[in-house]
Amino acid sequence: MTDEKEYLKIEREKEWRVELRNKIKNKERTDLLRVKMPEMDPMERIKYQDREVNQGLSVAQAQAEAVRCMDCVNPTCIEGCPVSINIPKFVKYIEKGEFLNAAKTLKETSALPAVCGRVCPQEKQCEQSCFYTQKLKKDAVAIGYLERFAADYERESGQISVPETAPKNGIKIAAIGSGPASLSFAGDMIKLGYDVTVFEALHEIGGVLKYGIPEFRLPNKIVDVELENLKKMGVKFETNFIVGKTASFDDLKAEGYQAFFVASGAGLPNFMNIPGENFNGILSSNEYLTRVNLMNAADNAFDTPVFKGKNVAVIGGGNTAMDSVRTAKRLGAERAMIVYRRSREEMPARIEEVKHAEEEGIEFMNLNNPIEYFADEKGHVNRMRLQRMELGEPDASGRRRPVTIEGSEYDIAVDLVIVAVGVSPNPLIKNALPDLKVSRWGTIDVEEGKMQSSIPELFAGGDIVRGGATVILAMGDGRKAAASMHEYLQQRVTSNEF
Amino acid sequence: MNKIIEKEFFSPKVACFVIEAPRIARSRKPGHFVILRVDEKGERIPLTITDADEKAGTITLVVQKMGVSSEKLCALEPGDEILDVVGPLGRATDIHKVGTILACGGGVGVAPLLPIVQGFKKAGNRVISILAARSKDLIILEEEIRKWSDEVIIMTDDGSYGRKGLVTAGAEEVILREKVDECVAIGPAVMMKFTSLLTKKYNIPTQASLNAMMVDGTGMCGACRVSVGGQTKFTCVDGPEFDAHQIDFNELMLRLGGYTELEKEAYQHYFESSIK
Repeated sequence: MTDEKEYLKIEREKEWRVELRNKIKNKERTDLLRVKMPEMDPMERIKYQDREVNQGLSVAQAQAEAVRCMDCVNPTCIEGCPVSINIPKFVKYIEKGEFLNAAKTLKETSALPAVCGRVCPQEKQCEQSCFYTQKLKKDAVAIGYLERFAADYERESGQISVPETAPKNGIKIAAIGSGPASLSFAGDMIKLGYDVTVFEALHEIGGVLKYGIPEFRLPNKIVDVELENLKKMGVKFETNFIVGKTASFDDLKAEGYQAFFVASGAGLPNFMNIPGENFNGILSSNEYLTRVNLMNAADNAFDTPVFKGKNVAVIGGGNTAMDSVRTAKRLGAERAMIVYRRSREEMPARIEEVKHAEEEGIEFMNLNNPIEYFADEKGHVNRMRLQRMELGEPDASGRRRPVTIEGSEYDIAVDLVIVAVGVSPNPLIKNALPDLKVSRWGTIDVEEGKMQSSIPELFAGGDIVRGGATVILAMGDGRKAAASMHEYLQQRVTSNEF
Repeated sequence: MNKIIEKEFFSPKVACFVIEAPRIARSRKPGHFVILRVDEKGERIPLTITDADEKAGTITLVVQKMGVSSEKLCALEPGDEILDVVGPLGRATDIHKVGTILACGGGVGVAPLLPIVQGFKKAGNRVISILAARSKDLIILEEEIRKWSDEVIIMTDDGSYGRKGLVTAGAEEVILREKVDECVAIGPAVMMKFTSLLTKKYNIPTQASLNAMMVDGTGMCGACRVSVGGQTKFTCVDGPEFDAHQIDFNELMLRLGGYTELEKEAYQHYFESSIK
């Protein structure tokens, strides 16, 4: 930790930073207002599944916003970042007009800056701990927008820098799953000189970034550029490969793999187990989003079908629920509804996503809970029964507990229902490794901060440990696991195990 | 990419492929399936592994033309490559020595039945197999099944081969004739439903292997959910075999028909575009 503080201090005292700080008075900086993200018009954007809502900042907007950052002595924003990006350094490079250097700074610690700049909940992380939020009670510096700006600028410039890697040490390691946790892990390990292979069960690399998050929030081509970068650094990818099935852990050890990072995600979708839930036209958000995002089901040229409902109800209030309901709207739903058992206050979705959904005409049926589904003679859902709820005392999560209002049931017409009420860990890894310690929910138990499991050479992170979180927390886990696996392997090197 | 080594049509609508998949050939067990995607625009479809040759590094898959994806697959020839094949998926069959096994296969369901028949025979059981189909040309893999069975009974709806009648007629005859310890039924949902009703009557533990709709095949999507004993199970990770007496077959049949309309549209689109 002291090393990191020391590094930040040295960077901050560099001549160009000092000059920039002295150029404009702090008072002038803090008087500036936070930039607004240019957005595509809601009525226009709902016609396209693949057009981004946020358009990105212009050079002038980005530089003006960068001026607001005061380059604090104690940059608390960094503490709010799970992957510890040197935020003031990259922001000041933007102010100075050295955008490629800003992008390079991001890549020192983040394998996926263009992704994080789009999907991170900055308002709960770096921007939450920004001096503006904490002390001035003003809008935070738009760190997320600036991150996206720098990453996009670099990509569009065609001068994409490939981070330097240490000389190869010949030690083979594997990452299981190719979502954000694995990619972040792979990025750090390849920099340290390891021989890294990422194994993915699906036919595409990227995990939730590809099958889950829709194009209008995170275009696939942007994910692909970041993946390409990891490939250039030497990371190998094996698709259609399920570790524990296609080959066992022992097979892979025999092939020379010395350690594993398991980031297989929180596979299994939860259902509510209410009557009628297995009727056709009722599907998990995982299924719906996978059909549309990974399999291109909305495009007639592709073979995978998807139901395009007229009256679509999405159950849940998280980001996945927002992604699903907004997708349904774009696929032509007349009514696209969120059915959520608490109120807007308690919604786990990002504020920006809720706002975008509202602008797009999504109906919010808060304080409502489905209790039964009904179907036509072919078994396709045509009606759902809802019960009204009110808020009681706070529960274990600190949110006010929803309580049913007796006798408040009523029916609405639906022809597509998407259930987005969370996920449970995939048992594939646990089934392959009976000795692995897991919690009673099935998440892998790891040593806090080290991400090491009960099997010494096996580390884990992301949703398979957390049980359903965010891209950036998964990436943070990947970095932590990389650091501690490195330490573990170096100890084995020292004791001549290889 | 997985290269097709051999291809043979069992009937105009049913083709058998031997494809390169060395790792799967080594790790697969009876009951396992793969998910494949023919090309960039293809669906992910599940197919049970019929056989494997570990030395040659190949697996055998049998596919029936039913829609766009299976048509596309059946149009491929030896030397062509299948874009994606992943597996082995699902839980392996619980193979054990129990005594006498009655193995019932309906139509193309005989393909997933073969490795199970092999497994039970190798484990030292007496195996009686019943192969049933609408007519003679739809009876497949008879020779291979015979190799691993103590007795084979053929049933056809139209009487064009073997005996005339449904699979259940043949099964009941065996049950009345001798002690059957366990039964396995694989075929169309309706065939499994009635086989299950029959064995329930005689209290014979029965496994059915379900051919549910799937997208990822690893537990992620839940498209393959099925009610077993009043609980929702995922065919891909909890199955594909379940206690047949607990399966809600009516729900399964409704779910299998869920995409019929969309599939018809896609089929039409496929033929129109292939004519152009």
